[in-house]
Amino acid sequence: MTASIYIPRDSGALAVGAEKVARAIAREIDARGLDARIVRNGSRGLYWLEPVVEVETEAGRIAYGPVRPSDVASLFDGDFLSGGDHPLSLGKTEEIPFLARQTRLTFARCGITDPVALRDYEAHGGLKGLRNALSQTPLQIIEQVTESGLRGRGGAGFPTGIKWKTVHDTPADQKYIVCNADEGDSGTFADRMIMEGDPFVLIEGMAIAGIATGATKGYIYLRSEYPHAHNALNEAIAVAREAGVLGGNILGSGHAFDMEVRLGAGAYVCGEETALLDSLEGKRGQVRAKPPLPAHEGLFGRPTVINNVISLASVPIILDRGGAYYRDFGMGRSRGTIPIQIAGNVKHGGLFETAFGLTLGEIVDEIGGGTASGRPVRAVQVGGPLGAYFPRALFDTPFDYEAFAEKEGLVGHAGVVVFDDTVDMLAQARFAMEFCGIESCGKCTPCRVGSTRGVEVLDRLKDNVEPQRQIEIVTDLCNTMKFGSLCALGGFAPYPVMSALKHFPEDFRPAPVRQAAE
Amino acid sequence: MQHASTDLVSAVTPIIERWKGEEGPLLPILNSILREFGYVPREVLPAIAEALNLTRAEVYGVVSFYHDYRENPPGRHVLKVCRAEACQSMGGEAVAERLESLLGVKFGETAADGSVTLEPVYCLGLCACAPSAMLDGDVIGRLDDEKAREIALEVRA
Repeated sequence: MTASIYIPRDSGALAVGAEKVARAIAREIDARGLDARIVRNGSRGLYWLEPVVEVETEAGRIAYGPVRPSDVASLFDGDFLSGGDHPLSLGKTEEIPFLARQTRLTFARCGITDPVALRDYEAHGGLKGLRNALSQTPLQIIEQVTESGLRGRGGAGFPTGIKWKTVHDTPADQKYIVCNADEGDSGTFADRMIMEGDPFVLIEGMAIAGIATGATKGYIYLRSEYPHAHNALNEAIAVAREAGVLGGNILGSGHAFDMEVRLGAGAYVCGEETALLDSLEGKRGQVRAKPPLPAHEGLFGRPTVINNVISLASVPIILDRGGAYYRDFGMGRSRGTIPIQIAGNVKHGGLFETAFGLTLGEIVDEIGGGTASGRPVRAVQVGGPLGAYFPRALFDTPFDYEAFAEKEGLVGHAGVVVFDDTVDMLAQARFAMEFCGIESCGKCTPCRVGSTRGVEVLDRLKDNVEPQRQIEIVTDLCNTMKFGSLCALGGFAPYPVMSALKHFPEDFRPAPVRQAAE
Repeated sequence: MQHASTDLVSAVTPIIERWKGEEGPLLPILNSILREFGYVPREVLPAIAEALNLTRAEVYGVVSFYHDYRENPPGRHVLKVCRAEACQSMGGEAVAERLESLLGVKFGETAADGSVTLEPVYCLGLCACAPSAMLDGDVIGRLDDEKAREIALEVRA
């Protein structure tokens, strides 16, 4: 029997040498005349162990990692094709604690299947949601999504079902499904992982959204920093079209839906939904004032569903298992699962999909294993560059939209960036303002001017120029930005700044005035 | 120079033709030009404006808005180094400075010998194997001094 060897094509694995490992393994198979095939899968999301190489055995998949090209010969010597013992053996993949503790609904197939093999996708439960959707009325589909409690995973947390219902109820000659794949927040990579590792689930989710709302055209707006996701999506869309999953007659149902990928050009603000729509239309990515809502007047003025990658990729499981199944995970008003991305200075960095409700401390200390540097964890930024910095004192905060909002933070796209005790929180606050300035679209004054003034004020604070006064100014400035900005870029940049100031005031205190020598 | 400019325009004509019947064609056109030339030459903007029935100012406004659209040819290699928070937490700023000194170039500049253009990038989605960078489209994770030296050797080769 042909042995199957899995080596990820995920860019996180490629970044640490998966391609060289794949070549070394291919050479070794040739040299030894073995009957083995290499499958380039997505990543399981255990990035500290990448490149992870898995082999299919009778007992299930056995993982080895992190594998360097120089380890390859010894893996074959140790008969790893039969799951042989080796210093790099991690045992059965599914039993690795980091994976075993997860609830993988959205990421059920990621790292398991060949991302662009539709047969693989179907063999692992793919297309069931779409088939179910095709046997229902649009309103029944929307009802399932509403019942699931799914909220926008891009960060805003708006109920997906309500958005879809609005587009459904708005008559138009053309409607659109737009997928926001402009995942620009530092510390987040869930969108990238699913697009590289299981692109069909996104395609399926978008097709379901199209059927539910009457939209026949979809766009994935993908950031240009993700070339590997771009390739995987384009390959998968071509396969889906060939197989009749996309096109004029989806799976023979008479429904039409097709889609294409459009690349951005390195503007963070285009992750804001209205700026994204302007960018798709070929304009500067400037934020639109709302109303009108995109659901009423979106892309080219037509009713448009605009959802994050993970929101759309969570739809197939909801239509497969029912809204109630998904809703029964989670806590409070945060239903279902959330793919938490554990990143930065952390021992076990990776993707951890779980029901809402774990505490920040469990995520960082237990699952993440503390810092990579071995030093104490001092601060954790949750929700990207516009998210708050949390001190250890708030580690009991449960992962839940409302609980985070109560602590003046945000779940955002669920990226968790860990910092050790060498972090300078004044510098981080300054960076938040600087980043806001670099990426501001320039349309509204609080964001455009406020961010630049913010950098200046924090620089004066660092230089010890009337420090108390600078703290008052930056607090006032943050207030203006928070309430006066048109979108979340200027509106949320105060979160990292004010949380740093509030929870780490010692870093904002004037340095002891330097005495002149002698 | 006139000659060079005419050549550029004729080189982008098929790109414009490919996209001008599509919805929202401007970014796909600019992205294709960027892929082809490594930058968006200012000389081609009037042709784009005319084909899409836009003003030159509108097209220039779009080009100048997006970070990707360089207005000058890059070096033989393009190195993008992530400067965002997750990479900062893993010592990314020190590696970034090290790269500046190894390559003899500041962020946003191209080396005098034309070997490399060094650019900041705000997140490559490699935050669990930080610090990260991208050299000519190849992703690099767990960037450290050793890998920085390898990069410097590669771009000078």
